[in-house]
Amino acid sequence: MAKGWLHNRFEENFVVTSVDWALNWARTNSIWPMTFGLACCAIEMMAAGAGRFDLDRFGAGAFRATPRQSDLMIVAGTVTFKMASRIRRLFHQMAEPRYVMAMGACTCGGGPYFKYGYHVVKGVELVVPVDVYIPGCPPRPESLIEGLLRLQDKMRQETIAKKS
Amino acid sequence: MEDKVVHGQPDLLTDFDRQRVAADDLRTEELLINMGPQHPSTHGVLRLMLRTDGELVLEAIPHIGYLHRCAEKIGENVTPVQFVPYTDRLDYLAGMNNNHGYSLAIEKLCGLEVPERARYIRVLMCELNRIASHLVSFGCYGLDMGAFTPFLYAFREREYILDLFEATCGQRLTYNYLSIGGVTQDLPGGFADKLAHFLDYFEPKIDEYNNLLSYNYIFVKRTAGVGVVSAADALAYGLTGPCLRASGVKWDLRRCVPYEIYDRFEFDIPIGIAGGAIGVPREVVVGDSWSRYFVRMQEMKQSVRILRQALQQLPAGEFRAKVPAALKVPAGEVYLEVEGARGQLGYLIVGDGKKTPRRVKIRGPSFCNLSIATHVCRRVLIADVAAILGSIDVVMGEVDR
Repeated sequence: MAKGWLHNRFEENFVVTSVDWALNWARTNSIWPMTFGLACCAIEMMAAGAGRFDLDRFGAGAFRATPRQSDLMIVAGTVTFKMASRIRRLFHQMAEPRYVMAMGACTCGGGPYFKYGYHVVKGVELVVPVDVYIPGCPPRPESLIEGLLRLQDKMRQETIAKKS
Repeated sequence: MEDKVVHGQPDLLTDFDRQRVAADDLRTEELLINMGPQHPSTHGVLRLMLRTDGELVLEAIPHIGYLHRCAEKIGENVTPVQFVPYTDRLDYLAGMNNNHGYSLAIEKLCGLEVPERARYIRVLMCELNRIASHLVSFGCYGLDMGAFTPFLYAFREREYILDLFEATCGQRLTYNYLSIGGVTQDLPGGFADKLAHFLDYFEPKIDEYNNLLSYNYIFVKRTAGVGVVSAADALAYGLTGPCLRASGVKWDLRRCVPYEIYDRFEFDIPIGIAGGAIGVPREVVVGDSWSRYFVRMQEMKQSVRILRQALQQLPAGEFRAKVPAALKVPAGEVYLEVEGARGQLGYLIVGDGKKTPRRVKIRGPSFCNLSIATHVCRRVLIADVAAILGSIDVVMGEVDR
């Protein structure tokens, strides 16, 4: 669960629905992903950002080159053991609330490298917490957009209310 | 201080500067900077360790292995037909070319004859994929140099090609289409018309790109004369493909050692030309970043020429030879190179009569092309490192394999 700076700041029995709505509206419509291409899926991620599929329609077209400015990490491509520690580090460099999408079969669970890939992490959820999994090798840009919409659904459910 | 001129790179400090630096004790400290593995202009997960002195890069050491996916080991564990999809994922921008090399090598080892129609389809697909790959390279190089528009233009045209691929084999990026013995299925109905339409549409676009980016004053200033690789160095470091041709060496496997049916087509081999010639800005030096970039632009035109001829000559007939269901790799070894989008892609396959090969070794052109990076990134500005890397156009999937 992502935690913003307002999270758990209120006492119990505070009604926060409108604040929730406003915050979530802003967050869901300006997800800035990180330019984080690892392998083949990155090309489809770029295609999704280009003119035909245009991720900007969903407010997620501003690819940032640094984790400090981004909300969403799209892990696009095979994660190797050598890269895994870097991914974890980049994830921790991102500001809360932060989200992770596992794009492609490799990040979902090893993919084609599951059996013989001695150097491939079998799923990025072993390294960072994943919000949305997008299957495919590589997933089509439409799949990526669908994953983004599911992530937005998830973000709309969030609340800053203190849970007792 | 190091030598005044290191490997042909101009020294940015004059003698006067040196005297002042020494007299006033203005020396700066050396600083180690990591560029990558997460950096937008390293084209994937390349990590460069830069030893910098102020804004000057003294040394750039590439660290690779962040995308090692065990391709060669997998090749020894699965049958050749099963390995074809893995070759897609080596150079994922030109999957068809990779399929082609592996299929040709296995066919040579097993003594399979490929039907004539399949050969033409293969050439069609390889050249189309070469254009798609060069388009990505062109668009991303624009991005690296701070121009966003070329990226959108390149991907717009690339989608046309991907549509053709999708109609043919159902995939956009990892095709598994050129398989052992031919291709997996015949061309769909209306493919020839669609392709002819695309070629008519695409050919004038290349000139548009040239006007947009290639002759752009800022772009020329950023790339011309940066990262010069001499012909001797290019040969010594084993550079191939556009990187070698940009240094003025007229070497293209499609022409010099024709494989498949490339000897039936007419096309030129574009090479790097010194500045001042027609269509080349004055600042350009043979073998610099601009030449490497421009060779790719010209190659797209040549690919269009090949595609037109292949489309005209496309015969009817079978699209796949009869391949035994339990294909055994006979004892012996074969090494075969094809001209991929980035250079010579070689496959060494050693068989010992079993279903799986005993050894699969892949010569990735990006790997060899990347080796020049340390050599040219000496005493250049930090901003030039991005220009040099982008012009070498490495795909990390192929470097690390």
